[in-house]
Amino acid sequence: MAWFDSFPQLADDNLRALKKTIDEAFRTFSRSYGASLETLFEPLKQFLIWSERVLVGTPWPIILLLAAGLAWAASRSWKIVIAAVVTLCLVGYFGMWEDTMKTISMILTSTLMSIAIGLPIGILMSRSNRVRAVINPILDVMQTMPSFVYLIPVVMLLGIGKVPGLIAVVVYALPPMIRLTNLGIREVDPDVLEAADAFGASRWQKLIKTELPLALPTIMAGVNQTIMMALAMVVIAAMIGVQGLGQPVLKAISNQYFTLGLFNGLAIVGIAILLDRISQAWGARLQKHRGVKHV
Amino acid sequence: MSEPLEIEIRNLFKIFGANPAAHVEAVRAGMTKAELNERHRHVLGLREINISIPAGAIQVVMGLSGSGKSTLIRHINRLIEPTAGEIIIDGQDVVKMAPEALREFRRHQTAMVFQKFALLPHRSVLDNAAFGLEVQGIDEAERLRIARHWIERVGLAGFEKSYPSQLSGGMQQRVGLARALANDAPILLMDEAYSALDPLIRYDMQTVLLDLQKEVRKTIVFITHDLDEALRIGDRIALLRDGSVIQQGTGQDIVLNPADDYVANFVQHVDRGKIVKVGSVMVPPGADAPGADGSIGAEATLLEALHRMVASGEKCLGVTGPSGQPVGLLPLDRAISAYAG
Repeated sequence: MAWFDSFPQLADDNLRALKKTIDEAFRTFSRSYGASLETLFEPLKQFLIWSERVLVGTPWPIILLLAAGLAWAASRSWKIVIAAVVTLCLVGYFGMWEDTMKTISMILTSTLMSIAIGLPIGILMSRSNRVRAVINPILDVMQTMPSFVYLIPVVMLLGIGKVPGLIAVVVYALPPMIRLTNLGIREVDPDVLEAADAFGASRWQKLIKTELPLALPTIMAGVNQTIMMALAMVVIAAMIGVQGLGQPVLKAISNQYFTLGLFNGLAIVGIAILLDRISQAWGARLQKHRGVKHV
Repeated sequence: MSEPLEIEIRNLFKIFGANPAAHVEAVRAGMTKAELNERHRHVLGLREINISIPAGAIQVVMGLSGSGKSTLIRHINRLIEPTAGEIIIDGQDVVKMAPEALREFRRHQTAMVFQKFALLPHRSVLDNAAFGLEVQGIDEAERLRIARHWIERVGLAGFEKSYPSQLSGGMQQRVGLARALANDAPILLMDEAYSALDPLIRYDMQTVLLDLQKEVRKTIVFITHDLDEALRIGDRIALLRDGSVIQQGTGQDIVLNPADDYVANFVQHVDRGKIVKVGSVMVPPGADAPGADGSIGAEATLLEALHRMVASGEKCLGVTGPSGQPVGLLPLDRAISAYAG
């Protein structure tokens, strides 16, 4: 009755051999292609370095002005503008200015990348149920696989640094962008699409002039989610060498520096709320004219 | 202004289902909609439609919901693919057009107005009206100039910068009409364009359309389920039931000579006095009738003739043709019996 008491598993030797073979294969792969992959990601690395240098190198009053201007342009609300300035001032006053700039640089880059990758995939997914059936389970894996697990192959391939960190963040933050783009386009009023057809719009004209603008509020909700998820990854990405607010938090965990952890944690929360309110206010402004339709 | 075009719909069939082409012959041979659905799980949309629409006329297609009228109008610009048949416009079969040709055809030869307006909510009234021209690739200054002109013509001057959600239903449909007219296409397709509007506003919009038509002279296909609307607007009316045309002709033809009980039932509550012309109910001159007092044109409606007789106490009117020559007589009792049906 041995098979009844304990699950009939693969023999230990075979299991060990299987894991070893896969590990070995991947190690060979990363040894032979790691270098060329690194060259492939070189432009990305340069962009990351550049954006970080710009944000860190720009004098703080200018950054404050820019942040206030951006908040105003997106939300047209004085409350949000003041909240943005006050948050940044507090973060700076408590000595976290540079780390915050590094984190914001990382968030902006990974959000841009997520949009650049997610928007076309989302559009593709909205076009065909078959594509959706293939992509959906991949997105499920991306969202539920513990981030530490996919950090391993990324680090093996690209080592520790900005680019692997960026990849880890994008893998985590990309799914909502794809899902909400797909959803937004699928929810576009079919009557409006029929009208576009009736006036002889080409597929491209239909996409640009009707589908994307009508789906934009939903797509903006996707961007908002992407930003939030990217921020949530800041601390984990710090484990593989991404600089910013995540690193002091890691240091605080290993050395039990309660206050250091709390300050940096609060800074992350502050930045998160700020970016959330700004992007949501922008999304809401895009919806301004879509109120109740009179019929 | 573009020259109006005639539309020739020949032997058009539409069957919805997995393998529609396989059942055309059976339907041609007389299978009913119910049989087709029961035996083959296919839905009969349209059966052997033949309609010739003269250039510059308003053709109304009328029927209750489910009769296939909205399906029919979507075949004219091929938003729906027919199962069999031809649609000849300007010497070309729309059914056989390649995608690029079809797009050009939709851009330049047809414009459409929709029941639910189908405006772009993120665009102002002006940009909505310019949409068709934008799709055609006309540059911005020119298309806005044209759009502004038509917004004014449909009575929306001053609302150019408003958004659809800020307008009432009637005003939104004016935008839909301006968008269609701005295209200057010879064919105007109106799919239950006024069905979503209140009766009073609907009447207003019919007037707008009739006034504009005097000037733009387009070939208009107008779908409606409202008989009064059909009779008021249509030069010609086709009645659709279960996907087949059961009668077509002028409004007067249909009211005076209904093809079957269904049509008769349909038209029995119509105010015949407004539809029936004096010329079609008069008796020939010299018939046994009291001497005529005054005279009235053959194109006048029965109601106008009755109003005159009641007001003046005349017992009989002489009927005159287009050049004033006497063509018949209309005694009062004859007018009353024709009015009562």
